Amino acid sequence: MTATTYREAVRTAHREALQRDSRVFLMGEDVGQYGGSYACTKGLLEEFGAERIRDTPLSEAGFVGAGIGAALAGMRPIVEIMTVNFSLLALDQIVNNAATIRHMSGGQFSIPLVIRMATGAGRQVAAQHSHSLECWYAHVPGIRVVAPATLADARGMLWTALEDPDPVVIFEHATLYSLEGELPDDARSVDIDRAAVLRPGHDVTLIAYSANVQKAMEAAQQLAAEKIDAEVIDLRSLRPLDDATIMASVRKTRRAVVVDEGWRSGSLAAEISARIMEQAFYDLDAPVGRVCSEEVPIPYPKHLEDAAVPQPEKIAAAVRALFGDHG
Amino acid sequence: MPSLGADMEAGTLVEWLKKPGDRVVRGDVIAVVETHKGAIEIEVFQTGTLETLIAKPGQKVAVGLPMAFIRGEGEGAAAPAAAPTSQEAQPTPRVAMPPPPGPLTVPPLTAPAGVRASPAARKRAAELAVDVKRIAGTGAGGAITLADVEHAAAAPAPSPIDAMRQAIGAAMARSKREIPHYYLAHTIDLEPALRWLEEENAKRPPPERVLYGVLLLKAVARALHEYREFNGFWTNGRFQPSERIHLGVAISIGKSGLIAPAIHDVDNLPIPQLMSALRDLVARARRGGLRSSELSDPTITVTSLGEQSAETVFPVIYPPQVAIVGFGMVLERPWIVAGAVVPRRVISCSLAGDHRVSDGHRGARFLSAVARLLQEPQSL
Amino acid sequence: MTDHGDKVRLDREHLLHLMREMMRIRRFEERCVELYSGTKIRGFLHLYIGEEANAVGVMQALNPKDAVITTYREHGHALARGIAARPLMAEMYGKIEGTSRGRGGSMHVFDKATRFYGGNAIVAGGLPLAVGIALADKMRGERNVTACFFGDGATAEGVFHESLNLAALWKLPVMFVCENNRYAMGTAIERAESQIDLVRHAESYAIRAEAVDGMDVVAVEIAARRAASLVRETGEPYFLENRTYRFRAHSMYDPELYRTKAEVEEWKKRDPIPFLEAWMHNTGTLHSDDLPRLEAAIAAEIDDAVAFAEAGHWEPVEDLCRDVMTPPDMRKKEAAA
Repeated sequence: MTATTYREAVRTAHREALQRDSRVFLMGEDVGQYGGSYACTKGLLEEFGAERIRDTPLSEAGFVGAGIGAALAGMRPIVEIMTVNFSLLALDQIVNNAATIRHMSGGQFSIPLVIRMATGAGRQVAAQHSHSLECWYAHVPGIRVVAPATLADARGMLWTALEDPDPVVIFEHATLYSLEGELPDDARSVDIDRAAVLRPGHDVTLIAYSANVQKAMEAAQQLAAEKIDAEVIDLRSLRPLDDATIMASVRKTRRAVVVDEGWRSGSLAAEISARIMEQAFYDLDAPVGRVCSEEVPIPYPKHLEDAAVPQPEKIAAAVRALFGDHG
Repeated sequence: MPSLGADMEAGTLVEWLKKPGDRVVRGDVIAVVETHKGAIEIEVFQTGTLETLIAKPGQKVAVGLPMAFIRGEGEGAAAPAAAPTSQEAQPTPRVAMPPPPGPLTVPPLTAPAGVRASPAARKRAAELAVDVKRIAGTGAGGAITLADVEHAAAAPAPSPIDAMRQAIGAAMARSKREIPHYYLAHTIDLEPALRWLEEENAKRPPPERVLYGVLLLKAVARALHEYREFNGFWTNGRFQPSERIHLGVAISIGKSGLIAPAIHDVDNLPIPQLMSALRDLVARARRGGLRSSELSDPTITVTSLGEQSAETVFPVIYPPQVAIVGFGMVLERPWIVAGAVVPRRVISCSLAGDHRVSDGHRGARFLSAVARLLQEPQSL
Repeated sequence: MTDHGDKVRLDREHLLHLMREMMRIRRFEERCVELYSGTKIRGFLHLYIGEEANAVGVMQALNPKDAVITTYREHGHALARGIAARPLMAEMYGKIEGTSRGRGGSMHVFDKATRFYGGNAIVAGGLPLAVGIALADKMRGERNVTACFFGDGATAEGVFHESLNLAALWKLPVMFVCENNRYAMGTAIERAESQIDLVRHAESYAIRAEAVDGMDVVAVEIAARRAASLVRETGEPYFLENRTYRFRAHSMYDPELYRTKAEVEEWKKRDPIPFLEAWMHNTGTLHSDDLPRLEAAIAAEIDDAVAFAEAGHWEPVEDLCRDVMTPPDMRKKEAAA
């Protein structure tokens, strides 16, 4: 075991992938000489060279499409889009090419592309740099979407994603990069289609992904002191969603709160709530609650930004609301 | 009419550019058609002679329907123009809803541990006092719906009352079959007891007032001390007298239900406590909150049909008990006191006894004992 | 069989081959008009009539290991690349025997065997793919050319600029072939581009470029061979602006309110097929029975393709959601590939 950070886990994952498979290469803005805008790829250029660590011009559509083309032609590219905020420029390539070519070609071509992006709010970088648009990607058939919330997943999901013949979009919450923890020294890949129960409980199910997993765990601690025993699920995979794990939990606890940093309207939380209603309606003892971002572009001042996004207190309050008078 | 666009369903003929008799060659422009994008020239795909014009300028024609006939070269009959393929329906198959595919199928709702009733159904069930557990659901997967609850509430299906009726009937039939009943009745002057009670009650606030029935119960219980052959059970062909005196009190439930649970050790209960016990018992009986021991413990039953009653009751013994005491209505009657005729409130007290255990001689003395005790209400 | 040297053979055999290839496309497209009018082909149909010289000419410079990526106006490229008329027509019909199991239709023809990467319906959407395909070939040390076809309209899209820049910056073997037919749907190039000399766009990204007469199949072939040779040798991109014209509307149909009939008639005088025919006449390489023979053979081929498509099958609705993701049993295989 080694004490390390999420950022380091991402970097290690890259190094291992580049060493393991000569088809793997990395493209993105400032991934090389700058060392990665979040320092996730520092040193890789020196180790692997400019052919495999390619700094791109500011051409999201261009280099994401190039990644798709390279995958089409047999390589295993990792394309880093600096943040989900800039990914909008490449949305056409992702939605109209990466997600569709397998289908439009009648199964002739697959696109083994991995796209990584930083996402989320919490660093006072204001409206255009703070989006959580995971649900837009999770909406589209033809791609997989994952959100590693732990060091083990930061390290292991990239491996599995690179082995996947289909496009995988990995969302790394920007506030997680400095997360500290321990990792076993022997690298291991992890599955990318199942959710994980991080904290078993009996009274309510908290469903979260990415940075909100931690917030849900904090809320669970608060609630434990109030004798409410919360089960916390880390979704890990946003498309496909692991219905089986979610429903098994909700059948047990009969209450659920979904935490999602996307805006409430048309959120991934709304999708999960709908699925719970479809599959576990008769097991519910209360409506499914949601804690999402408020309907406002993310503001700059800290107190407003904090108020705009999910927080442990809000999660705990949402849980309490499910219990009515009985507390 | 050719299809001229992905969303075109019909076009309007503006003008014909050829007339019947004209020779046409594949690729010739034959007419102008108006679409929402504008006027478009349409061509023919056959070579031959234009024979008949079908559509008229200004006419709207659906895509696929004939506009004109062209006689092909070497053809006898006319062939339709501008719709070179047959007028069969769309080449695409009729759209049938595909079955819910693959991994995003909503999996069948699996049965949870409890009853599958919708929130709306549960709410209504509570309003109508219907037990959801007894309802067969007609919703998906056997779930209980709102309609199921309303249906169950409307149907008078086996209610607890009817079940009780059957049980009572069975017990009474058995009683009459097996127990040789004898009957005695005695009219008791209840005036002293009632007057005493009225004075006592006047001193008490309404919640603490005592009903006269309580005095009757206590009198019966005290009388049983001396006449033990009326207090016990007939089991295994023998009489088992009971050490303790648990009076079964007949309580009516709803319109047609009757139940006779026990108040325990009535002989030892002071009047106020006996009143509370009676009140509690009646409430719980009517609510369905009796304990099973209360139903099986009575050593003798007392039935008083109250103010809506008859003058004298001829009750039936509840097996395995061996006696039952009945009280009729309190009536005002002319009575002889010290040689004078005075109005007194009197009550008929009757006894049905199991002749295997007791006889009329003892029964009569038992009733006299009850009467005597009721003359001294303050001692009860 | 084409060789990828930069010498064009102008003998009878080759010229007949060019003629046949262009006529195949022409007749195929004409038949599509009829089928579309008769609702056999649905959705959008973009015809290549008038532009045949471009696909045919460029394909002479490519070998089977090269890659081709094109737009929704792709039937000509598909046929010239070697995709058979039968599966192409079946794809137009939407039948399971089509190149994409009928899933794509007119705008999304793909063929792995000939490295034909579509069929893209987003204008300029295929350019970054071409960059990536060329990147992959280069990284693997292959001397392949990626031929990327697009129209004048694409040069306005941001991603056109991003792709040219990337191709030049990273020295990628892309042959950009701009089929400038002067109209982006209904917008004439003068109304869409501040710089209508498209070669200059490419040159601004330090890409070698030349303009070609897209109505002359021999001129196109000469330029394409030269370009492909250079791309193969240097590994660097090349830009061809093929100046051409479509005789029909942008798609089935539009009333062509944006250009005059006179202009169309003027360009029809430069129809590449009669143009080649005249040239062959003048050089004595055309015999009197050549064209009728070709016509008959082509008609038979197309009739056969239509019959094949008519007799084809609809994919069962139960299979609606296949080929969205790679099926589990194929995952391991593709991971190792």
